[in-house]
Amino acid sequence: MEIQLRHIHKTFGPVHANDDITLTIPSGAIQGLLGENGAGKSTLMKVLSGYFHPDAGEILLDGQPVTIHSPADALRLGIGMLHQDPLDFPPMKVLDNFMVGYPKGLGLPRAEARQALLDLAAQFGFSLDPDAYVGSLTVGERQQLEIVRLLWLGAKALIFDEPTTGISAQQKEKLFAALRRLAAEGKTVIFVTHKLEEVEMLCDRVAVLRAGRLVGEAFPPYDLDQLVRMMFGKAVSKGERVNTALGKPVLEIKNLAVEDVRVRIQGVDLTVREGEVIGLAGMEGSGQRHLLRACAGLVRPVDGEIWIDGHNLTGKSYHEFMRRGVAYVPAARLEEGLVPTLTLLEHMILAGEQKGLIIDRQAALQRTHERIQTFSIRGRPHSPIESLSGGNQQRALLALLRPGLRLLLMEHPTRGLDMESAIWVWDTLKRRCREERTAIFFMSSDLEEILHYSDRILVFFSGQVSEPIPAQETDVEHLGQLIGGRGFQPVQEATP
Amino acid sequence: MSSHDLLIGLAGVLFAAAPVVFATIGETLTERAGVINLSVNGTILLAAMSSFAVAVSTQSIVLGFAMGMLIGAAVALLVAYSSIALKQSQVAVGFVLTLMARDLAYFLGNPYMGRQGPRVQHLPIPVLSKIPVVGPLFFNHDLLTYFSFVLIGLAWWWVFRTRPGLTLQAIGERPAAAYARGAAVNKLRYLYTALGGALVGLAGPTYSLSVKAGWKGTISGLDGIGWIALALTIFGGWDPVRGAAGAYLFALLQWLGLVLQPYLPNVPSQVLQVAPFPLMILTLLLVNIGNAEWVERTLAGLPPDARRAISKVLRWMQVVPPASLGVPFEEE
Repeated sequence: MEIQLRHIHKTFGPVHANDDITLTIPSGAIQGLLGENGAGKSTLMKVLSGYFHPDAGEILLDGQPVTIHSPADALRLGIGMLHQDPLDFPPMKVLDNFMVGYPKGLGLPRAEARQALLDLAAQFGFSLDPDAYVGSLTVGERQQLEIVRLLWLGAKALIFDEPTTGISAQQKEKLFAALRRLAAEGKTVIFVTHKLEEVEMLCDRVAVLRAGRLVGEAFPPYDLDQLVRMMFGKAVSKGERVNTALGKPVLEIKNLAVEDVRVRIQGVDLTVREGEVIGLAGMEGSGQRHLLRACAGLVRPVDGEIWIDGHNLTGKSYHEFMRRGVAYVPAARLEEGLVPTLTLLEHMILAGEQKGLIIDRQAALQRTHERIQTFSIRGRPHSPIESLSGGNQQRALLALLRPGLRLLLMEHPTRGLDMESAIWVWDTLKRRCREERTAIFFMSSDLEEILHYSDRILVFFSGQVSEPIPAQETDVEHLGQLIGGRGFQPVQEATP
Repeated sequence: MSSHDLLIGLAGVLFAAAPVVFATIGETLTERAGVINLSVNGTILLAAMSSFAVAVSTQSIVLGFAMGMLIGAAVALLVAYSSIALKQSQVAVGFVLTLMARDLAYFLGNPYMGRQGPRVQHLPIPVLSKIPVVGPLFFNHDLLTYFSFVLIGLAWWWVFRTRPGLTLQAIGERPAAAYARGAAVNKLRYLYTALGGALVGLAGPTYSLSVKAGWKGTISGLDGIGWIALALTIFGGWDPVRGAAGAYLFALLQWLGLVLQPYLPNVPSQVLQVAPFPLMILTLLLVNIGNAEWVERTLAGLPPDARRAISKVLRWMQVVPPASLGVPFEEE
């Protein structure tokens, strides 16, 4: 089935997630869709599979214009989508899960479904036990189950959204073999990814998205440097780099290991000095956030030690870290950083050092006015915090930080901010480094930001962490390749 | 007590449990779809009163039952509408409705207090009712009791053995995934809330036109049944058969309270009347004990064979709620 997307537009509020995308996807080939987080890949695929209705544009299947109202509609037309997190039912048995969505009849076609499940699984070399519980399967096996289910329901085009996240190398082999087989059978296969090596290994053609626009298409043999440039855009200078003289060690990480369900990073050794800025680069979910949270005492490391100013704080609580001068600024401003419905003034009171039961409103008001001035927040002391714009919320968050911090941990310090706000935020942060000798440890998906403001950079790639790279010795293209896993030299191989 | 009396007594338990079975299975279907309808208690009272009033005025039992089910469905739809369309909390709305329906029942029911009304006819099944033991136990009742038996099997078959039943499980578990597979999630939630509400409503006339015929206002003895049905839904693990088993246990305990009274002259009668409620909670806690951590620790100390056997039983008894119970769903 040949899929044509014509002039697809989709906006979410002020964000133009898909901006006039026109793309033809032939059958019998594996079409790659490459782009960094937020480039608009998933939105485009959700438009195609019926989750979103495009604001404008049309979809043609084998030359016929179609309107897709829902995912079920899409599947009737032969388009099935595999989500990054498989959309299935963990408490159900595999066979029951397989039959949910079977379109007709009152009774359940158990025998027929079981046979179809086993036959299709055998064709692809999957081993799926119809009587096991879905929740007991690995993510890879759940993907396999989704593939055979969609095929059973007659899918002619299959969309795979970042399917290699969270599956083992062996399962990845099987998955790629299955994708090649599907393409060879004449199905349309769309492979959404941000990993260059996977495009190189698997795709017969690739389309690159950046900031909601289709940047271009490429065919093998791929010029990876060109792909990186297409993905991340050209380097734009933000003026002079500022380097701060470094002082004595603030944060020492010794052979640290942290893990969650998805990734495990281990063997991290790092010393951060007074006034130093360390940037963490990598695709979202590669472990940066976990490392940051471990350094704030929000996540307990599984191994290794964390020292702050010569004190071993491993396993201590967040409050202990706070007492030692560590502060943490999360990315989800309104969820974790600020309290919606409270005003700026009330935030200042909450974060302030006032003791006792009674609030000294006069003093608090005075301080709030001062901070509003210093941090040029566009808002009044009595404005509810959620009424401020994103940039002003970020300024407010920074205004709440105590002076004289030793270590500042930040997730995406300038995400969603316009250029002016972003530069202002960094000016403020850099001033802290210079004048208060604060060390900053931050993660960002903006490589420019990381390159420009960090002294050293750690790159994360599927659970592996690089040696610290001095920012002057690298550039956007080099970092982009490292993030895509090319030429990656980790400190230590991660064990699955 | 002679064996004959025992048989009559147990048959009475099955008879008295019928309305609790209706309410529990109704709520089970509703919650399986992901909606919590907390209005059950008030609904049963209001349905009992109104269907009695209708039956008295029209001398039609059928119209009485229709009224009861209609009220149940209507109150349930209020919960569904305020949750799905108005995005209000199901718990808050259900709670307020249960209180309001109860007071409405007491208030509007005043003119019908203590009046004589029609009763559902006793209907022994020919031949079958003559079978020893089984006959008097299961085949010597009225239509409603027979229906309660059928409903248990029917509901179980629907939820676990049919395609729409599988979809029902899916929308309560993970509506987003069910939607991706073509289920009209919110439409089905309305449907199952109304159906479940109608069954809850059926419990009302089953009391006022059969089990506890008549309307006696606050001393009708129906207040609290709805909360028991809600608890049974949970402890029954959202399984119609297990929920019904709980209903029978509850009716049995109530009956025992009555039967044992003459033998325990020193115990105040109130204690025996109230005893079924805490006993019920205790039993249900025991059934779900496998969830507790200390049980696992104790089990670890047992010999392997015993441990395997016990943990198998415990695992079978363990219940997992529909993951999206009470969680609203929006398309796109």
